[in-house]
Amino acid sequence: MSSESIYQTHTRDALPPSAVPRIYGLMAEFLQPDQVVQAAKAAYAAGYRQMDAFSPMPVEGLAEAIGFRRNRLPLVVLIGGLTGAVTALFLQWFSAVVHYPIIVGGRPFASWPAFIPVTFELTVLFAAFGAVFGLLALNGLPRPHHPVFNSPNFALASRSRFFLCIQANDRHFDLDKTEQFLRALNPREITVVEA
Amino acid sequence: MAQATLRHDETGDVPVLGPGHTYGTVTDKISSIVLTEPPRPGWIFGFAVSFVLLLMFLFAVLNLLVRGIGIWGVNVPIGWGFDIVNFVWWIGIGHAGTLISAILLLLRQDWRTSINRFAEAMTLFAVSCAGLYPLLHLGRPWLFYWLLPYPNTMALWPQWRSPLIFDVFAVSTYATVSLLFWYVGLIPDLATLRDRAKSRIGKVIYGFLAMGWRGSARHWHRYRTAYLLLAGLATPLVVSVHTIVALDFTVGIIPGWHTTIFPPYFVAGAIYSGFAMVLTLSIPLRSYYGLKDFITDKHLDNMAKVMLVTGLIVTYGYLMEAFMAWYGGNPYEEFMILKDRPTGPYAHTWWLLLLCNCTIVQLFWFRYFRTHPIWLWVISIVINIGMWLERYVIVVTSLHADFLPSSWGMYHGTIWDYMTYYGSIGLFLTLLFLFIRVLPVISITEMRELVHEVHERGHARGGPAVTPGTAHP
Repeated sequence: MSSESIYQTHTRDALPPSAVPRIYGLMAEFLQPDQVVQAAKAAYAAGYRQMDAFSPMPVEGLAEAIGFRRNRLPLVVLIGGLTGAVTALFLQWFSAVVHYPIIVGGRPFASWPAFIPVTFELTVLFAAFGAVFGLLALNGLPRPHHPVFNSPNFALASRSRFFLCIQANDRHFDLDKTEQFLRALNPREITVVEA
Repeated sequence: MAQATLRHDETGDVPVLGPGHTYGTVTDKISSIVLTEPPRPGWIFGFAVSFVLLLMFLFAVLNLLVRGIGIWGVNVPIGWGFDIVNFVWWIGIGHAGTLISAILLLLRQDWRTSINRFAEAMTLFAVSCAGLYPLLHLGRPWLFYWLLPYPNTMALWPQWRSPLIFDVFAVSTYATVSLLFWYVGLIPDLATLRDRAKSRIGKVIYGFLAMGWRGSARHWHRYRTAYLLLAGLATPLVVSVHTIVALDFTVGIIPGWHTTIFPPYFVAGAIYSGFAMVLTLSIPLRSYYGLKDFITDKHLDNMAKVMLVTGLIVTYGYLMEAFMAWYGGNPYEEFMILKDRPTGPYAHTWWLLLLCNCTIVQLFWFRYFRTHPIWLWVISIVINIGMWLERYVIVVTSLHADFLPSSWGMYHGTIWDYMTYYGSIGLFLTLLFLFIRVLPVISITEMRELVHEVHERGHARGGPAVTPGTAHP
């Protein structure tokens, strides 16, 4: 792996292995949401697991077709909501009973019915934080750069096209065989995605 | 611009989407307002007028900060004037946005799709205006953080049993959740703008805001869950916010405030005025930007029906208030509701309120008025005025004549009150005009879903199918 060879030749074969573009996967492009769902199901049936599908809007059944089973977001939201409720109750109880007890209108210090509105609001607030930040964290966002953006037509994934990407790190991935497999699914185009 | 009849599709349903649209055309149409069109003369004119009003607002606020709230008309006994009237009015307007985006989503009303983004923006800007008023009314707004529970050297805590503290939490939670809900809805559309922006600065800014959204199926799955859960959270939230606003009044023992009907009829009134504001804004918008395929006559018709229902609930509230004032046997309440309001010094506001809120809305029983944009627009403005008057009547008349005639007084807004009020409309409109230019006014993602659904339904009926992915590739 001498550095000279880079200067001597510009052909891909002569480049050292580290300079050859690594492949992230194969991207097949479809025009219709139903096609990409069918393709994803076929790929899953053929044994592919490391794959992802991309669409300009949510497509019914697509996540299930690529083998997505466990959605942990509702749990995150539940934990957020409970945290909010406990925080609010503790805050009000601690300040009104422990830290600065003061009699107002002859009411008990721990006048819990009056504590409910604030408790409700903080429950909703923390649950909403859970939903939004949980969504971002589980999706691995923000992530401005991702290999799939190297695919030439990928800008259309946010407009009108549907994509299925079988990743090179899949056990069954083989550049030629996987391309043949995808070709049989009748996509509009197949491109190699560089990593 | 007025159309005599609703347009029908071949099955007899009034469509929620114009014919012939594909995933590509809805994307191009909606994003072009932001990305390719230069500002139109009407936009520049509207923005300029709004901005002048905003400057007037800033001037009035500056004067307020320098000289104190003595420049307003508030006095003893009328300690709450325009500031609280405007606070309740603005926050009520905001509620329709949440109703459209959250409650109608849960009820699977697909006609909400093309107005929800716009209505949510309206919510956000209305809440911004609303939130300023109680802060300005503090007298020393720079000490606003005294409202919050924080450890301080005086060892003081908020009074948790007061609705005014409930209000701090309700309004700040509402503003935050509305912002989050709006932003989550925007993320895929920001990705669309990132991919379609021509200018470098557009790519960078939209790319930054889109956070690298790439439309992965796994991401969409969680996204849908998050969106539904946020809608489920926002639904009780919006009811709680206006209930708490109503509690600000009902917990006080002032005759005219101290009544249990307030929370439900405040919520209905909020939705009523909010839908009126959505119509006031969307009718010129859809006409000027050619969005009649997306905001169709069906939307106008449905919104008018919602206004009719909420208007009737509000009317019922007024009737019950009057009935209970008589039936309850409290002489102070009876005097306030049955004598002072209809015949006292503020009688003109009360009669005008009945005319605007209870009488004119009855026109919506007729399809003619529900489907003619000009009529709808005029009536929606009348209802906005009516709902403002309602809050004026509740706040001012109740305070001006309570238990002892020795403590009676009169209130009139000063020039500074009016400048702050109209100025806040300028703030609201300025934000809206900017929003129209920099973000998609209609959710592009949800319109694509609507295209898909309309297409599927067309298949099911064997109707002529435009294949949404192929035409205009």
